[in-house]
Parts: sequence; C-alpha cells; structure tokens
Amino acid sequence: MIVRILGEGQLEVADDQLETLNELDRAVESTIESGDEAGFRAALTALLDGVRRTGTPLAEDSLEDSDLILPPFDATIDEVRHLLDGEGLIPG
Amino acid sequence: MKRMSTIFRAKANKALDNAEDPRETLDYSYQRQLEMLTKVRRGVADVATSRKRIELQRNQLQTQSDKLTEQAQKALSMGREDLAREALTRKSAVTSQIGDLNAQHDQLQGEEEKLTLASQRLQAKVESFRTRKETIKATYTAAEAQTRIGEAFSGISEEMGDVGLAVQRAEDKTLQMQARAGAVDELIASGALDDASSINRGDDISRELEAMSSQSDVEAELAALKGSSPDAIEAPEAPAAPAAETPIEDPVEKGQQG
Repeated sequence: MIVRILGEGQLEVADDQLETLNELDRAVESTIESGDEAGFRAALTALLDGVRRTGTPLAEDSLEDSDLILPPFDATIDEVRHLLDGEGLIPG
Repeated sequence: MKRMSTIFRAKANKALDNAEDPRETLDYSYQRQLEMLTKVRRGVADVATSRKRIELQRNQLQTQSDKLTEQAQKALSMGREDLAREALTRKSAVTSQIGDLNAQHDQLQGEEEKLTLASQRLQAKVESFRTRKETIKATYTAAEAQTRIGEAFSGISEEMGDVGLAVQRAEDKTLQMQARAGAVDELIASGALDDASSINRGDDISRELEAMSSQSDVEAELAALKGSSPDAIEAPEAPAAPAAETPIEDPVEKGQQG
C-alpha cells in the first residue's frame, strides 16, 4: 500500500499495518468532527509518525499513485476540511 | 481520508478523457510539469528572500540591544540608576522582538527546506515522466497508449497537486511573515524600540550620558590645568600625540548608518 504524506512524499506501507493506521486515522477524523484542534494535532502526529515508522520511502523518480493521501504534519483542522471538500488541490 | 486520494485520480482521468489522442496530452502535461518546477523553485527563492530579511532585522535589533546594554552599564557607572532602568526596559522590548523573529526565522527555514526537497522530488519525477513519454510516443498506438499514459499520469498528477499545495502554503506563510516584517521595520523606523543615536545623533539616554561625561571631562581637564603639571604642557610635542588626537570612529554606529 502506497501512502503519501502531503509535503513529504510517498512511502510503501505493509498491508498488515492497515488496521493500526485505520485506528489512528479514526482518531484524527473524530477530532476533526469535534473541532478539537489540540487533539487533532496529537492524533495527526501519531498517525504520520506511524506511517513514517512502518513505511519505506518510494524512489524519488517513481510515478506510482498513492492509495492513501494524508495531510501535511502542520495542517490545521480547517485546512484538512478544505482538502476533504475536494477543492483546489490540483492547480489549473 | 480515503476520499482525499480519489480527488487526484478523478481529475487526472478527466483530463485524459477529454483528449482525442491521449498521446497529445503527454506533451501538454510535460509543459505543465516544467512550469510547476519553475514555480516551486521560485517559491524556494521567495522564502529565502523573506528569511534573509528577517535575519537583517534580527541583526539590527541585536545591535540595538547591545547598545542599550552598554548604555545601562555606563549610566550605572555614573550613578544614574533611573537611566539604566530606562535603557534596560527598552532592551527588554527589543529582546522580545528578537524572540518573535527567531520563531519566524525557524518557520521560514522549515518551509525553505520542505520546498527544496519538494522541488528535488518533482524534478526526479518529471525526468522519469519525460523518459516514459518518449517511450509511449515511439512504441504505442493511440489505443494501446491509453493505459500506459494513465499510469504515468496518475503519479505525476498527484505529485503536482502535492507540490502545488506546498507552494501555496509556503506563499501564504511568507505573506503573513512579510506583513509582520513590515510592522517590525516600521517599529524600528519609529524609534519606539530604538536607541536612535545612530540616526539623530543621540536619543535621550545617550544625550544625557554624553552631557554627563563631557561635564566630567571638563572637570577632569580643569583639575589637570589647575595642577599645571609639566607633562600637560609638553604633551603636544610627544610623538604619540597626533595619533591620539585622531578621532576614533565607532564601528557600530558607522554600520548602522549604512
């Protein structure tokens, strides 16, 4: 499974990590829903750390698309909501 | 989060569906990639410019801070605790500004590093796309090319979206910092933080210190004359005298004027 962390690049993550990551991901989503910025920051950091720890970076010249795309580590809740709206991610 | 990953692919496929011969989209996309590469490199340069501006301001404020420390020491040595206190109060305002600038500097440096890496990644992918584009154009018919192009596109589109977002975010941050840097420039110019001695030949603290020290110089000279020692009369003939009379410029002051 290929995961992109926006602003950092892509990593190959073993499929058996998916459940762990999903759990971390659910924590992120619930803090977004409740608008808990501090909780969101902690949850997002845990999720990204999990991906970085278990993943292997893809070669820079790889042209693979990702299965999952995660927000930048310093994204705010508002930014992530905006990304989830599907607006403006691809320029032009 | 799954929804986020579909954003990229949906758009990439749409661009492809609109083309009559999918191979034509390869060159167009490659042009867009080169433009994005230029954009991200310009982004790196813009952030670096902002960072340097902050470094410059930080140096200016550090000079002021040092000067205020000197003034406080001088005032204290002359028994003027009130003046020393005033100088140190101003210094603490300058110090807090320096702290803010340090934080901004670190943030900009982080953006600069991120964008530099993003531009390296994009460069590698654009190069890889170019190779694949040439192969596809040379080897496959329009119908066969469809899948190959789709594969090449989805990865690069995603990268373009990522880099585009990174550039946008860096620009937003840089704009915020520039607005704050402008405010600091105004603050420095207004003299609110400032020992303005380099600009106006003396703020109130240094004027008072100068007045006091010239007063004590006068007293000292007067005392020397009253003593009328032979050394004082012979002094101008001593070989070291001309050098001693050359005014010594204050290097700090000179630097500030420039």
